[in-house]
Amino acid sequence: MSDKIELVCKECSRHYAPEALHVCEYCFGPLEVQYDYEQIKSTINIEEIKRGPATMWRYSKLLPVEDAAPVDLGAGFTPLVRADRLGALLGISNLFIKDDTRNPTGSFKDRVVSVSLTKARQLGFKVAACASTGNLANSVAAHAARAGMEAYIFIPYNLEKAKIVTTAVYGSNLIAVKGNYDDVNRLCAELTSEVPDWAFVNVNVRPYYAEGSKTLAFEVSEQLGFELPDHVVVPIASGSQLTKVHKGFEELKSVGLVDTVKTVRISGAQAEGCSPVATAFKSNADFVQPVKPDTIAKSLAIGNPADGFYAMETVRKTGGAIESATDAEIIDGIKLLAKTEGIFTETAGGVTIANLVKLVESGVIQKDETVVALITGHGLKTVEALESSVGPTMTIEPKLSSFLEEYSLT
Amino acid sequence: MTIKVRIPAQLRSVTGGVGEIEAEGATVGQVLKEVDTLNPGFGERVFDEDGKLRRFVNIFLADEDVRFMDGLETEVKDGQVISVVPAVAGG
Repeated sequence: MSDKIELVCKECSRHYAPEALHVCEYCFGPLEVQYDYEQIKSTINIEEIKRGPATMWRYSKLLPVEDAAPVDLGAGFTPLVRADRLGALLGISNLFIKDDTRNPTGSFKDRVVSVSLTKARQLGFKVAACASTGNLANSVAAHAARAGMEAYIFIPYNLEKAKIVTTAVYGSNLIAVKGNYDDVNRLCAELTSEVPDWAFVNVNVRPYYAEGSKTLAFEVSEQLGFELPDHVVVPIASGSQLTKVHKGFEELKSVGLVDTVKTVRISGAQAEGCSPVATAFKSNADFVQPVKPDTIAKSLAIGNPADGFYAMETVRKTGGAIESATDAEIIDGIKLLAKTEGIFTETAGGVTIANLVKLVESGVIQKDETVVALITGHGLKTVEALESSVGPTMTIEPKLSSFLEEYSLT
Repeated sequence: MTIKVRIPAQLRSVTGGVGEIEAEGATVGQVLKEVDTLNPGFGERVFDEDGKLRRFVNIFLADEDVRFMDGLETEVKDGQVISVVPAVAGG
């Protein structure tokens, strides 16, 4: 961390002290962490990063909190996998998968939670809370348990069963809300005003939380030999991750860890049943009209995305595009990644792969680009989505003859 | 029509620290204008120079985003509650 961080309003540029604040008190614009890059540049170096822990905390100098013992289950530094078989199928020669299924609770949310709860603890909070579509619930519950913090986790009542069980097991207070994610989010945004002594990771400590997603960009670059990829495909729910991946690449340039002036193209992926940002992008709108989500990609089902406008702006200025995929295409995307690369992703990853296919087909992704697709959550979290489309290829008696008979028929 | 309006922490500096205000009006917009009359400074924080809602302010009537109804023109009924909520949250 740089010695001096500040919160700055992205809309009106008012400055605030680095406390538990998430919106500008004047214009309600989002607050963004601002660092002293000149100071970081003078102290950060590649050798020290390489000697750091095999987690996202190897990049602590570019995070908004420094702690010798962070709230940490080992998030980050996940594999960047060369995906030659999938690449060959799509006709692109340099495709990589950032496999964030390999985080402690199986999604990229461990990155943002580790940062936000470390910061929350430093700010004196004893209670962690969040509004979640499931992955964040898993992660907050696990990290709060690790830190000995009490937790209140708010989820839509109709979440996937696995996401409910893998949250409840950690012993937090799990509140199932009879509504969709946007209802849960609105409830938590209102609650923050009434219980200011709770750290809602994605509300009042959101500026710090969101910074955790930058580590995806840092690691991708390090794993490419401190080079930048040409093009990254990022799923969009609130849009925060996409904007932070971009910020991460820009910061690497600012502090001199990569030696280039190039801009990484960022493309976004949404589910058609919840595609407010894709719709706004395609219609050249300058605002994002909220929608009522209806998609199997529940972890991306945010109809009123907080950073939707900024995600769209980032995609436009980096020369990417935003596409959307139907539920059937999402299922095909999950199966395609599993069959070609041996990586099982949840529905959000199916959205990324389905849209990767579309972006290659439409020529947005060029065949010679170094492309990274972010696979942000594990498939075991959403097995329901696949139950009707995959299963045993044959069912037999426990006899040799039974197998041989069936086998010869297939 | 008397309507309850819930005020977020960020705006309580203009409401004397109060988190709930009662105001009169037939539409969401009228009720919010009345809140501004009762609490000078409220309006300039919630509306931009053209009188439109700021980009990062969400208004809910009976827990439903007014953008799914008639926006500030949405008619209010007795007993309903309006919530002013900062848009930047979640994800």
